[in-house]
Amino acid sequence: MKWNSFSEFLAMGGHGLYVWGSFGACLLLMVVEPILARVRRSNALTELRREIRARKESQDETTS
Amino acid sequence: MNNRIINWFKFASPQTFYPLAGKMIPWFWALTAIFGLAGLYLGFFVAPTDAQQGEGYRIIFIHVPASWMSMFIYLVMAFWAALGLGFNARLSGMMASALAPTGALMAFLSLWTGALWGKPMWGAWWVWDARLTSELILFFLYLGFIALQSAIDDARRADKAGAVLALVGVVNIPIIYFSVKWWNTLHQGASVSLTRSPSMAQTMLWGMLLMALAFWMYSIAVSLTRVRAIILERERHAGWVEELEELKS
Repeated sequence: MKWNSFSEFLAMGGHGLYVWGSFGACLLLMVVEPILARVRRSNALTELRREIRARKESQDETTS
Repeated sequence: MNNRIINWFKFASPQTFYPLAGKMIPWFWALTAIFGLAGLYLGFFVAPTDAQQGEGYRIIFIHVPASWMSMFIYLVMAFWAALGLGFNARLSGMMASALAPTGALMAFLSLWTGALWGKPMWGAWWVWDARLTSELILFFLYLGFIALQSAIDDARRADKAGAVLALVGVVNIPIIYFSVKWWNTLHQGASVSLTRSPSMAQTMLWGMLLMALAFWMYSIAVSLTRVRAIILERERHAGWVEELEELKS
């Protein structure tokens, strides 16, 4: 282990702001993007369920 | 011989690709985590302090993978776009649209981490250097592709327009790659090249390669998730969609 303490690890030899600013932004975006992709899919599924229900209802009306 | 051709066309249909992608996604997430944790461990706890740049150089562990992926994803996107344009295959266009946001994210991360690296090392967040400028153009190409596609209501026409833009933009990729050779730039030359041994410590190199693999797996996982959403959006009138397990509940 090359770090003597956690605060030394955070300081990154005086470059803490730059190093953690980079890794932080990367982590944030890589958490948000998959969530957005999942939300997009679940929205598509909700929309599909609504469409299928509407189609069935209109079919029922025409047959009855 | 014939089997191979048939398989190709089989997986090229959204109907067979949709469940296949769903099965592959968890595996790519697992690989992202494994490579990512190993890369971060090497990058932060094993790789030595750089003689010139101190600890600040550790930005390399995301800056280089993000930059590589931003260029590579563009090539893959242009490849799918060209295939869609040439063979009029539905899935190809969807793949291209699914890749664009992830590529834009990688280009953004490349620029962002580059700025945070440039400030302490060069004393400037940004310079109009050949490499930086061509990477910025790549970011704009992604945004232009996304904007152009979303501006056209008809999905097939949006694919075609996007494909032309993507293919014209390919010219930018070698410009980015060779910019540090062709012009006198502030940006340092390639740390890793195929023709000579890398100019960095072994552990640094391995950390960077592992992170690059993690970014690669991440890109596949997230674009497969997105392409599934796009398939559902575009194929909503197809019979097979109605039969999906997800819609039974």
